[in-house]
Amino acid sequence: MTAQLPPGLQLEKVDERIMTLNVGPQHPGSGHMRLIIQVDGDYIVACDPDPGYVHRGEEKMAEYRNYITNIPHLERPVIHDSCNILYPYCLAVEEILGLEVPERAKYVRVIASELNRCVYTMYWLAIYGIFLGHSTMFMWPAGDRELLIDLLEKITGARVTHAYFVPGGIRNDLPANFEDVCLRQVNYFEKRIKEYADIFYDNPILISRTENTGILSRQNAIRLGTTGSVLRASGVDFDIRKKEPYDVYENLDFQTNVLQSGDSYARSKIPWLDMLESCKIIRDALKKMPKSGGVRVKLKPNPKGGDVEVYRRVESGRGALGMHVVSKSKPEPYRVKISVGSFRNLICMPYLLRGEKLGNMPAVYWSLNYWPVEADR
Amino acid sequence: MSSDTTETKDIKKKRTRKPRTTKSKAKKSEEPTPAPAETTTTEISTTIPDETSVPAEPEPVPAPVEEIIPETEEKVETEDVVPQVELPKFEKSLADKVTQKFGSKAEVAYIKQDRIRINVKKEDIKDVASYIRDELNFDHAESVSGVDYPDAKKIEVVYHLGSYTDPELSKQILALATSAPREENPNPGRDSTRLPSLRDIFYSVEFHERECFEMLGVYFDDHPDNRRLLLPEDWADIPPLRKDFDIKGR
Repeated sequence: MTAQLPPGLQLEKVDERIMTLNVGPQHPGSGHMRLIIQVDGDYIVACDPDPGYVHRGEEKMAEYRNYITNIPHLERPVIHDSCNILYPYCLAVEEILGLEVPERAKYVRVIASELNRCVYTMYWLAIYGIFLGHSTMFMWPAGDRELLIDLLEKITGARVTHAYFVPGGIRNDLPANFEDVCLRQVNYFEKRIKEYADIFYDNPILISRTENTGILSRQNAIRLGTTGSVLRASGVDFDIRKKEPYDVYENLDFQTNVLQSGDSYARSKIPWLDMLESCKIIRDALKKMPKSGGVRVKLKPNPKGGDVEVYRRVESGRGALGMHVVSKSKPEPYRVKISVGSFRNLICMPYLLRGEKLGNMPAVYWSLNYWPVEADR
Repeated sequence: MSSDTTETKDIKKKRTRKPRTTKSKAKKSEEPTPAPAETTTTEISTTIPDETSVPAEPEPVPAPVEEIIPETEEKVETEDVVPQVELPKFEKSLADKVTQKFGSKAEVAYIKQDRIRINVKKEDIKDVASYIRDELNFDHAESVSGVDYPDAKKIEVVYHLGSYTDPELSKQILALATSAPREENPNPGRDSTRLPSLRDIFYSVEFHERECFEMLGVYFDDHPDNRRLLLPEDWADIPPLRKDFDIKGR
């Protein structure tokens, strides 16, 4: 065959055209995970996500510690959203041990978890900004995030790793005069993040980079079992705070945000809209919260559950976060399975990246609101 | 040697002491432990009598919006009879549909508020799963958790199924469980610890099943991609979430 070609011309073999790239696991553009990407020229042909670089065996560790000593290590997968990852664990253990949480603690939990959701989302937004080459969007969220970190530090004593939720309530009550400070900070924060629309979300450069890239249709979003902002950006109105309200979410006044287009732009906008709703929730919870009362149920020294299994879920910053806790009449849980939003959203990455330009990879990848450490557990 | 023996004696003494204290505490604490919870509630009620939250507390866990009417009916029943018939109606009707269709093949393990669990044999799981998807409208899997039971010589795999499309089912989680035989010396992928994969029925199960394969050694037949996911490529030990895999130093 080659002999029939005119002189100077060569046929290129298909295998040689396609090049395999390892993005990660230490590449800053991918977080602590590896994407094995095959490119044909500038276009992605196939993508194989390879998580597990920071797998720490949380589920195994949980089988060796009792219900209380499990608290500080179970928050490690997402330290900057630690309240939300401890939330389903506490709900599950409360169901196993039959604890009734005091009313004030329920409200404080909601406030802490919403503050934490904003802290997480700001962190994610900063990274999303810098990987799109928008360094102002790195500086602003990283700075404004400190407002809420200060609030959480006032409540819990720690800037990031709070370990604040315990089965049966919260670790300690709010400090004196917290309501006023919180209201002031949250109001300023809300005013501040509204300015992000001008610099980021209405920015034609962002829109041109993210619009119509990585489109996930409504049907596929359901079929792949995605969750959180990815699901709501594809037009499915599913927020566990509304659909299966835990603690006092049914008393609070808020909305869920749904966009229809399912592209990277919609996926990047939903968490920001959620933060505006979080501000509403915090203000409402501060208003409706009982002004005094107990915040924690007294536990036995080494509490044991019966032979039961429980599955509880909450809405975290990255979507539904469920915990399947199996108790076998021992102080330690028999099995803790953590089903996290990041891991569930990982499955759609090969479908979204196929056919995209390699340069669009960060725009699509980070729009999934993916946190590699959480997915690895 | 002498120091060792004294230490062991100390430990023995401690061990003998500990149960006494715990027993005495347990005997005492059986009654008083509910008391703190009550006192906290009373505190709230004394301080803020106007709050709407106070009357809500003595009631059992707040009822979902859709099921207010059946629940009140049930309460009347439960007052008359023994509190055994606390099964929520909607969940029971879902479970009944499965048992009517499959009879003794599907065993309902529990029915709780918003949660159902159905145990099936591994031969029937594909039929039951496709029925649950097509007729009951559950459309995705939230999690797949494998639980190891060395004494019963089985590994249980629980699929937690949910629904996005049916608003009636949005609170429900249906746990579909099956179990695979467990072998003492596992050889993942080559021994009898196998289950049929549900990947063709619930697409979202793909990565969860891969995780279950590497963590517990359950091979899923017909799964297109039974590779490692989280563990390192050179992992040469037994699957780590099995109970006989011990963490060093514990």
